[in-house]
Amino acid sequence: MVLWNLFVSFIKIGFVSFGGGYAMIPVIQYEVEKHGWLSVQQFTDVIAISGMSPGPIAANAAVFVGYKAGGISGAIIAILAISVPSLIIVLLVSLVFTKVQHQPMIQSAFYGLRPVITGMIIFAAVQFAIQNNLIGIHHFHVTSLLFLFVSLGLLLFTRLHPAFVILLSGIAGIIVYF
Amino acid sequence: MGEGSKFTLIWKVFLTFLKISPITFGGGYAMIPLLEKAIAEKNRWVKKGEIADILAVAQTVPGSIAVNTATFIGYRLAGISGAISATLGIIAPTFFMIILLAALFLGFQHEPLVHAAFLGIRPTIVALILLAAFKIGKTAVIDKTTLFLTAASLLVFLFVPVQPIFVLLCGALAGIILQAKGKSKQFVENYEHAKTGGK
Repeated sequence: MVLWNLFVSFIKIGFVSFGGGYAMIPVIQYEVEKHGWLSVQQFTDVIAISGMSPGPIAANAAVFVGYKAGGISGAIIAILAISVPSLIIVLLVSLVFTKVQHQPMIQSAFYGLRPVITGMIIFAAVQFAIQNNLIGIHHFHVTSLLFLFVSLGLLLFTRLHPAFVILLSGIAGIIVYF
Repeated sequence: MGEGSKFTLIWKVFLTFLKISPITFGGGYAMIPLLEKAIAEKNRWVKKGEIADILAVAQTVPGSIAVNTATFIGYRLAGISGAISATLGIIAPTFFMIILLAALFLGFQHEPLVHAAFLGIRPTIVALILLAAFKIGKTAVIDKTTLFLTAASLLVFLFVPVQPIFVLLCGALAGIILQAKGKSKQFVENYEHAKTGGK
């Protein structure tokens, strides 16, 4: 049953995860939470490991979630399920249009789709901030927020690689919290 | 093309993407220079100019940009079996690495040292997600309508328990309906501008 749920969830994720990379996180998070495979905190750690490892972040996260929920077979099912939709769509696109991105209809759809994706990703950031105790209704965690703003600054204004920023924040975490 | 040479090509496609995969930290855009070298310079499978078109399609369809790009190039080279072998090539190495890391993490997550490191890392993940929102936002929010759509969808996600797929579909539909009213040209110009102006 777990394997079937993983399969269905990651097929769905594969079909709707526009934008790649961290933009795919909210969609995965929704399914993970629905099935109770991981807590949001655990899922944040999974994203951290996925971001530090080579390879596509979403595919990495799929393997990790699949492994946690259903062992090695869960991991295999998750990675195949998340890859199949893009395989099918890319094949269809190659058959039908050569320059799909210039189709007016597709462009119009993306005119409305992109803002919704933006809203969805901001929502994911808020949700992660709340669930990891960075912010709450009556409080906020000063040290964590400092970590947040410093890493955001590093990501926006330096050419440091995101994987390296994750690593740095881990070292800083050891210095501050250990 | 004979059976033997087709198999050789498929095997070569698989190996090429297998080798690109472990060195692309962060996936997607990070792999573009490596990809260019492997498929346009070393193997001359596609022309350099075509890579931009392939990437544009890879970003348009759902899924990881790296995986989509691999699939697309694999298909162009050797049909469906090429697409499958390229896809498997790009996901195989990271699969084994993540299994290893997942096993390590699940074993050591309660160690105080690991716990402390992750307390520092979690805010950075929030920052990375904000950064993704910012990057997509730059091409998404180009006028008042798209600003409104962004705010409206954020409110829906915050306060209405709804499947993301429905909100995404509504967004796409809204785009088609709004564009039919004749904003299309302005959007295309803005989008091209954002694409060339931004990173």
